[in-house]
Amino acid sequence: MPKRHSLDAVIIGAGVVGAACAYYAARSGLSVAVVDRGPVAGGTTGAGEGNLLVSDKGTGPELDLALLSTRLWRELSDALPADIEYEPKGGLVVAHDEPTLKALRVFADAQRTAGVRADEIAAADLTTLEPHLAPDQAGGFHYPQDAQVQPAKAAARLLEASGVPVHLGEEVTDVLRTPAGHVAGVRTTRRELLAPAVVNAAGTWGGDVARLAGSTLPVLPRRGFVLVTEPLPRMVHHKVYAADYVADVASGSAALQSSAVVEGTPSGPVLIGATRERVGFDRSLSTEALRRLAGQAAALFPFLADVEVIRAYHGFRPYLPDHLPAIGADPRVPGLHHACGHEGAGIGLAPATGALIAATLTGSAPPLDPAPFSPARDFADHDGEAA
Amino acid sequence: MTTPRDLVGGAPRTTYTLTFDDRELPAQEGQSVAAVLWSAGIVSWRTTRNGAAPRGVFCGIGQCYDCLVTVNGRPNQRACMVQARPGDAVTTQEGTGRAALDR
Repeated sequence: MPKRHSLDAVIIGAGVVGAACAYYAARSGLSVAVVDRGPVAGGTTGAGEGNLLVSDKGTGPELDLALLSTRLWRELSDALPADIEYEPKGGLVVAHDEPTLKALRVFADAQRTAGVRADEIAAADLTTLEPHLAPDQAGGFHYPQDAQVQPAKAAARLLEASGVPVHLGEEVTDVLRTPAGHVAGVRTTRRELLAPAVVNAAGTWGGDVARLAGSTLPVLPRRGFVLVTEPLPRMVHHKVYAADYVADVASGSAALQSSAVVEGTPSGPVLIGATRERVGFDRSLSTEALRRLAGQAAALFPFLADVEVIRAYHGFRPYLPDHLPAIGADPRVPGLHHACGHEGAGIGLAPATGALIAATLTGSAPPLDPAPFSPARDFADHDGEAA
Repeated sequence: MTTPRDLVGGAPRTTYTLTFDDRELPAQEGQSVAAVLWSAGIVSWRTTRNGAAPRGVFCGIGQCYDCLVTVNGRPNQRACMVQARPGDAVTTQEGTGRAALDR
């Protein structure tokens, strides 16, 4: 079995998070390799919308991570080819009634203290930003920092720019450890990759990799559907969603939740995402989920009622019970690092995650406090643990 | 020329007309819109979103979505899959065929 001895770290996962880890690690002068049992972006990355959002995050560690990522994505958009479709289009959150608008105002005021730009838009001015929006709104907020990328291309271009070897179609069958218990590399179906550090960027399957390495991480799948319309002229200019979406994202409930996020794309189709439900890895189509999404999207943009949906796709968000990703070294297994559990925000949070992992691997100062993302934190007290 | 239909002694049950842009075209019951257009010597009825290149039937079996056309005001219909009906108004589709939405 072929072996490589010169690696500083092996990254498991060729999604956007693994790609960002590879990119920032390589830029830090480390020698790394990426391994994935499938193709690039074959898991949750390829099923995402490419949201780079600050608007849906309340103050706290995830928002700090998102703000750092927002800056890094802007840098990356200059460094990577244009086909990652980076669009700093901004978000527009609308409230359909006065109580929702008041709640949104409180939410936005707190976000501003953390460095988010949020501009209140009076009901009469909403159609200046979105001419086709349903007219009966109470008001809204414009978030100019919200942006978008094409997630599969972004992951592929990050990997390409990192210049690291990528082993695709090779499942990791074991995480190698020294007699003293320190990580020594991985064994795949084709080779051994020897390295004193392993980064678990396996997304929704991160719990399995943690187990292989002799640790635990309670990552759960949270299914989401996205609708794709026929190509249209540019009808929707921002990421537009109803304020109820924020409550859905923060919920730990297993039941089906949906609040449509509507956006146009450079290639023409409008994307309508996304539902959230905890049904394990059930890949069957939920017509109820699609029906709700379509109804909510048409309520925001009435023209959508007469537009054809040409397909729907779904994926499984990697969900940790407290809604924060696990990023950093695992004290239970020396040499094991985690970079997974980003739920529906993995595309957005990938660069900051990669930068944090690179800092951990090189022992340099982290770009922000990594403590809240510790993989060894106590997950037991959170509502999502049940079910 | 002997056609497959001649060989089996078949005959169309009914014939009727539909329109393509300003032209009236003969159609036979059971024909797809693409078959009607082809029978009239028309091989292109759409222009692409990027570059306005002409398009007609490519695969002919509903898979490639190249033959999109506007039928009775509804864009993005696959000409090879939609059955022609008496009096249909088939029109050339430009780009998304949805320019009217963005008024």
